[in-house]
Amino acid sequence: MWRPCGIFDDTYEKDISIVRTLPQQVLTITGLIALLFLPQLLGAGRITTVNLIGISVVSIMGLNILIGLTGQISLGHSAFMGVGAYTLVMLMNHLGFSFWLALPFSVLSAGLIGLLFGLPSLRIKGFYLAMATLAAQFLIPWIIVHVRPDLTGGTSTLNIAAPSILGFTFDSQVRIYYLVTFFAVASIVLTRNLQRSKIGRAFVAIRDNDLAAEIMGVEIFRYKLLSFFICSLYAGLAGALWAVWMGAINVDSFTLHESIWYLGMIIVGGLGSVPGAVFGVIFIRALEPFSHYIGPPIASYFPDAIGAAIKSGISPFVFGLVILVFLIYEPRGLGHRWEIFKHFYRRWPFSY
Amino acid sequence: MVADGNIKLEVEGLSLSFGSVMALIDVSFRAREGEILALIGPNGAGKTSLLNCISGFYHPRHGQVRFNGLEINRVSPSRRAKLGISRTFQNIELYKGLTALDNLMAARHVFIKYGPVAGSIFFGKARKEEIENRSIVEEIIDLLELAEARHRVVESLAYGLRKRVDLGRALALEPKLLLLDEPMAGMNVEEKEDMARFILDIQELKHIPIIIVEHDMGVVMDISHRVVVLDFGTKIAEGSPQEIKRNEKVISAYLGKANQSGERAK
Repeated sequence: MWRPCGIFDDTYEKDISIVRTLPQQVLTITGLIALLFLPQLLGAGRITTVNLIGISVVSIMGLNILIGLTGQISLGHSAFMGVGAYTLVMLMNHLGFSFWLALPFSVLSAGLIGLLFGLPSLRIKGFYLAMATLAAQFLIPWIIVHVRPDLTGGTSTLNIAAPSILGFTFDSQVRIYYLVTFFAVASIVLTRNLQRSKIGRAFVAIRDNDLAAEIMGVEIFRYKLLSFFICSLYAGLAGALWAVWMGAINVDSFTLHESIWYLGMIIVGGLGSVPGAVFGVIFIRALEPFSHYIGPPIASYFPDAIGAAIKSGISPFVFGLVILVFLIYEPRGLGHRWEIFKHFYRRWPFSY
Repeated sequence: MVADGNIKLEVEGLSLSFGSVMALIDVSFRAREGEILALIGPNGAGKTSLLNCISGFYHPRHGQVRFNGLEINRVSPSRRAKLGISRTFQNIELYKGLTALDNLMAARHVFIKYGPVAGSIFFGKARKEEIENRSIVEEIIDLLELAEARHRVVESLAYGLRKRVDLGRALALEPKLLLLDEPMAGMNVEEKEDMARFILDIQELKHIPIIIVEHDMGVVMDISHRVVVLDFGTKIAEGSPQEIKRNEKVISAYLGKANQSGERAK
């Protein structure tokens, strides 16, 4: 861990703090203010994608705790988001809850369902655990579609009312942006704190050496389950935000395909790195518009039939390519690149 | 220098088997407060198995392990850590993605009380507890001269330094019984001397029983108060280093003839 040149920590308090120097404080505050004016800077057209990035950041913070810190795996993350979204909508539409009252319930229900599907982690690891959590990805949408279609709407789409607070209604993408950004920033701060706390160290201890962790007093089972629980809390929150962002929910939004994209974000971002995860989300979410942008020009070089196939297939192709490139050339992800960049500018112009 | 403190650890009639292989057969010994007890024997004699029974990795078939008069056979490893049984590992089982400091802080786990919510907010009580525990860990860093490794990821540390971090992590648990599994394996003479000095420092400072498994007879004979010798899972001798050096059984099983003149094993 490199410190900016000439900065010496004379108390432990300073040593464990994250924002430590004046330039960092200035940057942080400027960044937050920039976030406030982002809709004006980008224009309303792009803000829908920005909102999706914000929601994905919330979601990925949870998944990063589970995969990056605790070393467990979940292929059902998108389904847990679905639990959060559907709980929110059920409570709002059928019981007349307000968004703010329903939100804690939807977060908690996702957490509990995640905990349930985390139970196999007590016995199995790695590939087998991935298969066990995959069950969630199939069971949960099936339950949504088949068990009580009169309540959940089955495969059809359910609309929800826009939430409001103190007379301010989140009814446009620009307004929803502030809601999403609030929760995204809060998730980042909470995750970063969790990572440097006792809990975060226990999680990493389990990831790096579960036997030694047990010998050193970490109750492995409890902390594995806690990790699944926290991961799914974030998924539930992200799912609720998703419902607000879309103004409606459909079971097709919470597919295995989405879960895989989240894994891709973790890989591109780098396991266990909070800034990396944010970069990973932005990178992967920006790929989609990017591949739509480059799709047509590439397709125009080919005959019509092949061109059409390229247009529709370019996005998964680019995704697969990016994952491969990262796994081969930078398995530690953008988070690691970011660390290297920080070392570079802190030492610049002297490279010792 | 012979310690005569209270008995802290009693191992009685311990037997452990893997299938038809008997790893330990009816092993009994005691460790007293403030004594360094060496556990020696040829490879495969059951030394590490015995440590694993004490720290809770293995469940013995017969026999008892009593710590502070408390029967701990059915107690889980993490509960034993809370009771104050701490250990190092033969093959250094550190958390390799964490810094040396965080490895030690991770061992403070049982002393830090705040929960996940307080940890996420990281303000007030959580921050205060972190800082309190940090200063305890810093004392260990001072004691073991780990300052240069503090903020470095363990994976990138040299072997000898990693061994020291492993010892530091065991100390951060504030042990009431310390088990060291080959703390000097693979070290050069200078590093061994350092390690021996650290072990003696710890014994003086903490006045706890230290059980050490080691193959370097020079070190064993120099720093231990008592020696227990295992061979094929049974205890063949117990006594002071001088007695052990002269014991016929031990010589034929492990030390060899040349050691009588004190040469070969040194």
